[in-house]
Amino acid sequence: MLRWIVWRDLTLAWRRRADILSTVFFFIIVVSLFPLGIGPETQLLRSIAPGVIWVAALLASMLSLSRLFANDLQDGTLEQLLLTPQPLFLVVLGKVLAHWIVSEIPLVLIAPLVGLQFDIPGETLFILVVSLLVGTPVLSLIGSVGAALTLGLRGGGVLISILVLPLYIPALIFGAGAVEASIIGASPAPHLYLLGAFAIVSLIFSPWATAAALRISLE
Amino acid sequence: MAESERPGATKVDLSLVISYICGSVVAPTLLEVKKLECVRGDRRLFSGLDFSLPAGTYLQVTGPNGSGKTSLLRILCGLLAPAEGEIKWEGENIRSLAEDYFTSVTYLGHRHNVKDELSAIENLRISNALNGIFISKELALEVITRIGLAGRESLPARLLSEGQRRRVALARLLTCGTKLWLLDEVLSSLDKGAVALIRSLIEEHLAGGGIAIVATHQDLSVATGSSQRLELAT
Repeated sequence: MLRWIVWRDLTLAWRRRADILSTVFFFIIVVSLFPLGIGPETQLLRSIAPGVIWVAALLASMLSLSRLFANDLQDGTLEQLLLTPQPLFLVVLGKVLAHWIVSEIPLVLIAPLVGLQFDIPGETLFILVVSLLVGTPVLSLIGSVGAALTLGLRGGGVLISILVLPLYIPALIFGAGAVEASIIGASPAPHLYLLGAFAIVSLIFSPWATAAALRISLE
Repeated sequence: MAESERPGATKVDLSLVISYICGSVVAPTLLEVKKLECVRGDRRLFSGLDFSLPAGTYLQVTGPNGSGKTSLLRILCGLLAPAEGEIKWEGENIRSLAEDYFTSVTYLGHRHNVKDELSAIENLRISNALNGIFISKELALEVITRIGLAGRESLPARLLSEGQRRRVALARLLTCGTKLWLLDEVLSSLDKGAVALIRSLIEEHLAGGGIAIVATHQDLSVATGSSQRLELAT
């Protein structure tokens, strides 16, 4: 069941490849603007890199969130998903998983490349990828709650950012913290553990919250 | 201890037997609606709505625009919570049945429920799979042919016309195998041939002991089963 909903969303995303590419290009451009604006001061660039890359990842994932349920609402398939004989949180989990694969994994893969612009050493690039890999599911999971709550509202896109970005703060702190620790030669493990714990908590709670929000939005 | 439990157990058995006997004499009531009230915004659309439908019933819901036809169907399928009243399916409240109720219901809204990026076959197979019914490509092709879209089965749905997309949505009725059909304005933008096809589908469904509740302005004149009419006033 979960397999079918993931496969459905992946197929749909593949048929609208331009949407994925716009998210990735947004991420690349935002991250690249900083070295261009600041100039070749490697020390400064190295110290701002974790924060800049993580903030860019948060903003890029905002772009795709408003589409998470809106397209399905428009053509009526969201109603049908609510009427399938399985717990709604499973449907939500499938859609969130597909969103993570489509919108977040490309960012994780491209991050080491854009990180090179900040003169980050190789080992730190690895930690960057690990921190994004652990942290980006949080973005999809918490983002889905915001997407469900603002479904069908005018200006929903801006509203999602206002609702969801504050909730991303723990992920930002621990994610960027792990990379920063690695740059100054400390162990990134504590940050990564806390980030992982935050990911697990959001995995447990947000599908239920999203399911409840979807029911309310469709009444 | 054991003696005090025994009378209780026989009571349960008796009531089961009674309901079984009654059920075999007259068609059992599948859907029961009691004192249903619907409020949208600050308007009361209808209140005190009572009806019970035995198997094999066709119920046509009519009424002027905004009289609550769509809201009634959405309440019956559980998408919308009624302001008051209860709905029972096979004697159990649909709120307590939760997801199990959805195995007995197919709701087709006035939106198409068709993904523009997917072809007719993909739409049919995915919407069935999400409802726990796996159909092969061959069967899907057969269904698409019966619904009158042969030769267009692999086109993305966005290239199909309004009526053709409606047909793709209706193709689900052939494979869903549910007892209760809730169809909301499904006849709009369909040609005569498609309307006749829907009529024969509903007749088959009623003959098989199903219930069809259709919100429409057009008379479908279904021949089999018992036909009822519900007129909602503003």
